[in-house]
Amino acid sequence: MAESKKIATRESFGLALCELAKEHSDIVVLDADLAAATKTEIFKKAYPDRFFDCGIAEGNMIGVAAGLAAAGKVPFAASFAMFATGRAYEQIRNSVGYPHLNVKIAGSHAGISVGEDGATHQCCEDIALMRTIPGMVILNPADHYEMTAAVKAAYEYNGPVYIRLGRLAIDSFNDPENYTFELGKGITLHEGNDVTVIATGLVVYEALKAVKALEEKGINARLINMHTIKPIDKDIIIKAAKETGRIITVEEHNIIGGLGEAVCSVTSENCPVPVTRIGIEDIYGHSGPALGLIEEFGLDSKSLAQRIENIVKK
Amino acid sequence: MNNQELLELKKTACKVRQWTIEGVFNAKSGHPGGSLSAADLFTYLYFKEMNVDPKNPKDPSRDRFVLSKGHCCPGLYAALALKGFFPTDEIKSLRHIGAMLQGHPDMKHTPGIDMSSGSLGQGISTACGMALAGKLDNASYRVYTMLGDGECEEGQVWEACMFASHHNLDNLCVIVDFNGLQIDGNVNEVAGLEPLDKKFEAFGFEVIKINGNDFEEIETALNKAKTIKGKPTAIIATTIKGKGVSYMENQVGWHGKAPNAEQYQAAMDELNAQLKALEAEK
Repeated sequence: MAESKKIATRESFGLALCELAKEHSDIVVLDADLAAATKTEIFKKAYPDRFFDCGIAEGNMIGVAAGLAAAGKVPFAASFAMFATGRAYEQIRNSVGYPHLNVKIAGSHAGISVGEDGATHQCCEDIALMRTIPGMVILNPADHYEMTAAVKAAYEYNGPVYIRLGRLAIDSFNDPENYTFELGKGITLHEGNDVTVIATGLVVYEALKAVKALEEKGINARLINMHTIKPIDKDIIIKAAKETGRIITVEEHNIIGGLGEAVCSVTSENCPVPVTRIGIEDIYGHSGPALGLIEEFGLDSKSLAQRIENIVKK
Repeated sequence: MNNQELLELKKTACKVRQWTIEGVFNAKSGHPGGSLSAADLFTYLYFKEMNVDPKNPKDPSRDRFVLSKGHCCPGLYAALALKGFFPTDEIKSLRHIGAMLQGHPDMKHTPGIDMSSGSLGQGISTACGMALAGKLDNASYRVYTMLGDGECEEGQVWEACMFASHHNLDNLCVIVDFNGLQIDGNVNEVAGLEPLDKKFEAFGFEVIKINGNDFEEIETALNKAKTIKGKPTAIIATTIKGKGVSYMENQVGWHGKAPNAEQYQAAMDELNAQLKALEAEK
């Protein structure tokens, strides 16, 4: 495992945009008065002429992005996940999704790890909303290196992409020397045949620590990092279902409409096995420190190890 | 413009109205009222104002048009077909299963449509994006977008207006087809739209008020808009909903309803008579 460096994926996103923009003059960035929070301010400082603050008007921002894309630009439009996908859902659906325009939407402060701001800002529905839009690609990178690669992949893909960003600084656990990102392809982080854990985003590293701890207890869990929620990697899911007979999904998102249900839709049609969905159980979050909330909702490595063990031994 | 040009525009507008009726009649649904009110504006834009080439509909240097009031596409489709973007025959299958011409504009499948639209309030934002791209590229193209008066009740319209003036989008021309009627009735009885000109002025627009069914006034306004620097222009074009088909004029019931066979014939007879009279003028 690479030496751990804590950085929030929102910051990795801002840095990646700057790096990409060096080579690609068609990249423009939009924000809705949250540049300091979504970290598009990093881009703004480097490329002020290609950054446009749309003010607190997310619906218009998405429309402007659609028009920019229709005229040949590659816009990245950022806001909090709540407002980007919730407030502007219909603009994304009709002005971006329907014409399949080359707009990249970044939703920061996703999930409960927003922390103290509480339920109004803790979006645990963004993946569900974006999954319903035909042709939308959904990326949920798990650390700095994955986000860097995902932003590049989003740029290289011609069509609408939603990228989920987190507020909390997290460990950069991937090995940058050996890491490769392939859009739509899950990554097996840990081999095992007793059960398969499929995780996405911020909780991937928690799940990795959990399966390693379980190894010492004689439980050999396979761990898949599903950085692309849509299109979902059917092959890796079916293979895991066949070889391990049971799947546990882990996400910092409502268990309705997220990774868990995406996995269930693959297994139920191809290789039915029991699937347990670990995530936010159809409730709102609340204020508190991010790490405390992650523990409270049972998504930290210790809680996950216990929950996985309980499921396997049931 | 000279008399001959004016006459030609009037004849073309009459044909746009005929093909609008043809489309809506064959579709057995659609929006004739707002298509007819805007028919003269569509005609002037596509036959006099805009730099577009039906043989090269995606030319990056072309002027753009976004029909923010997307439901009035029967009128736009008629203008595009008569301009040569696609055969007029396509209009007869408007809204049919498998047809190219959808109930609301679809940029992916219809040549000449610059943006998919239909959900009110969204088109003007996309037009802002296109105008901004033009500025970034130092391109000379202009972007036109047409809104319904009722559409101006959408909050997004004013988000877009703030954006357009903040970014000095003088290559953007907003046209409001002010026919005074929306589905639930008179625009001022439904939601209190006025004073619309003052609203646009307050949002940083140059505002020009015209009779939108008068080609000379349309020309004067669009020419003036091109001279305005540093801010976008809004043309508030007062029009008659259903214009050209007497039984539809100023009748809110014809907002979104197709004529039956008898009504279709009456509309076509009336428009044919208008066209004949124009042809007699020479």
